[in-house]
Amino acid sequence: MKQIIKQRRIVDDHWTLVAPETEISSLPSGDIIVPLRLWQTHRSTLEQRSGKLGVCLTGDDDLEAIAAEVTRFPVIALSFPVFRDGRVYSFARQLRQQYGYRGEIRAVGEVLRDQLLYMERVGFDAFEVHPRQNIESALAAFDELTVKYQASSDEPRPLYQRY
Amino acid sequence: MYIYNQYDQRAVDERVAQFRDQTRRFLAGELSNDEFMTLRLMNGLYVQLHAPMLRVAIPYGLLSSRQMRMLAHIARKYDKGYGHFTTRQNIQYNWPRIEDAPDILADLASVQMHAIQTSGNCIRNVTSDPLAGAAADEIEDPRPYCEIIRQWSTFHPEFAYLPRKFKIAVTGASHDRAATLVHDIGLRLVRNNSGEVGFQVLVGGGLGRTPILAQTIRPFIEKEHLLSYLEAILRIYNLHGRRDNKYKARIKILVQSLGIERFREKVEAEWHKIKDQMQLDAREIERVKAFFAPLPYAPGAGDDREILVKAGTDAAFNRWLKYNVADHKVKGYRVVFIALKATGTPPGDITDIQMDAVAELADRYSFGLIRATHDQNLVLTDVKHSDLYTLWQALAAQELATPCIGTLADMICCPGSDFCELANASSIDVALMVQQRFEQLDYLYDLGELRLKMSGCMNGCGHHDIGHIGILGVDKKGEHWYQFSLGGFALNEGRLGERLGRSVPKAEVANTLEKLMCVYVDKRVEGERFVDTFNRIGIEPFKERVYETNH
Repeated sequence: MKQIIKQRRIVDDHWTLVAPETEISSLPSGDIIVPLRLWQTHRSTLEQRSGKLGVCLTGDDDLEAIAAEVTRFPVIALSFPVFRDGRVYSFARQLRQQYGYRGEIRAVGEVLRDQLLYMERVGFDAFEVHPRQNIESALAAFDELTVKYQASSDEPRPLYQRY
Repeated sequence: MYIYNQYDQRAVDERVAQFRDQTRRFLAGELSNDEFMTLRLMNGLYVQLHAPMLRVAIPYGLLSSRQMRMLAHIARKYDKGYGHFTTRQNIQYNWPRIEDAPDILADLASVQMHAIQTSGNCIRNVTSDPLAGAAADEIEDPRPYCEIIRQWSTFHPEFAYLPRKFKIAVTGASHDRAATLVHDIGLRLVRNNSGEVGFQVLVGGGLGRTPILAQTIRPFIEKEHLLSYLEAILRIYNLHGRRDNKYKARIKILVQSLGIERFREKVEAEWHKIKDQMQLDAREIERVKAFFAPLPYAPGAGDDREILVKAGTDAAFNRWLKYNVADHKVKGYRVVFIALKATGTPPGDITDIQMDAVAELADRYSFGLIRATHDQNLVLTDVKHSDLYTLWQALAAQELATPCIGTLADMICCPGSDFCELANASSIDVALMVQQRFEQLDYLYDLGELRLKMSGCMNGCGHHDIGHIGILGVDKKGEHWYQFSLGGFALNEGRLGERLGRSVPKAEVANTLEKLMCVYVDKRVEGERFVDTFNRIGIEPFKERVYETNH
């Protein structure tokens, strides 16, 4: 079973991330995370499945599309096609701070050790670390910078209010 | 100036440790070139033509003498004994080794300095008015707000992977000396109709390939909403800025393509969602302001008679007074520009010995503080009138008293193809040729105020588009050619320079400048600066003269 980092611990993970081009007829069984497009076009089929359902967005998607129903997803995955694509950092913050989303926000795609710390700060709490990274050593990244000047999803107050 | 507390110190110390480990992993082959590039850029480290280049942040251009001594030490220990002040008030070292970068950053951290976010697609070092706190035309000192923005933007987790770099400038004066019109966000402290001080917010300015002047997105925002408004702009940019083409990725392109009204609508909608959660406390503003309280000026200081006598008898001193010394808001004090424009030296370059000397003079004559300017000079902002003669002598002994501020010889230029791998053409040798041609002071002074700005490529680090005369280096089949533009400026209002015509070869740059000057001298009316004459007569007479076939 694959392992991910969840809330700073390495855990076994049972979710299957469904690839973007997958047809509705060829979905795997069990708990799955589907691309937003699949959810939008096959909602009723997906709702009748027995496994749990999460949704995956990329920076090209419009977060507004799931604004009214975020709570129905236990997992929202946000995808990094390359680690430098920073759009979904803003999605994570909007999910936590404007949509009130309390479920899992999972980083998928090119998720590398040196970006984990900022990802966590904006609201990600689960990380499908890229296979070329050593997952154990990646855990150290979260504690590298402890000074948080500005408010974010992890800390509602700026540093000067916390002295 | 701002003094680090335990948190600020911990932030830079932890950053050094983090980067040390990242460098170690890179050298051990655990980090790819591509991954390390992003990390090293956010710590100011470029890999250039000959060697790495390290860009050190000088927040809003303000340095203590102790920090200046450390910059000298770094130049001596890790580099070739000099540094280069940039057009963004920072300093660059051209010859450090990658392996030494963590040690250099540790040395910087020991004097409350860093290279955090001096490059990369993140919020860069905030720039400001180099005369902040000393200028008479100030509505409010912009530096406390610069520092507040520095802290807010440092390690901002949401905005570390923007589509492109992001530059913010703040001015507090009625005359904009911070070039806010050519920044991604420009902030101007202004007073509204009820007398309250807040910010005019400009957005979408920038030079480079597509030079554009910023537009006002909001004529007035209250201080408590400063950070929430910045955050709203950055979020809209992060979400919607183009990522498919790095030449179209700056916020200016987004603002242009949406139009300022639609861009404003998006920002305001986002801002309304967050403004109540992230108000900037008045107490925090006061806390930071206290670091920039007025300096302990000598009470009752006035102008010194002896200095006036010296000025009457010593022509060299008098020239320096006229060109390198400016008024101060406090009676008996002056602002002194230290020109890094000696003939034979690349603009902005300074040796370790000169840095130490400047630190010493700052301690003796200007409260131990030094500023860096966009024009690649330094300033001692708070010098007693009676100290001017001894200060001048000490500066002259270090070749730091070239009396050229605001003249053609005060030209600014980027490092060009001698150091920068982006550049198409050299700029330093051209600057040296220009300096030599216009060395004659009487001629230089007769030409009056003239802002000459040169870049080695269209990325425009030398701000050529806003020079009264701009020179842009271009590559033509491996040869360096230079394209002129005239009439640019960026003050309270601004205009981009107008292209003169086809480019000229390197050997013709100084001649071309001379021809432009001839037209100006012929056509000017009493009291007109070059740019005024240009405004009045247009580009044609200059064109005719430069490209005439009959010499």
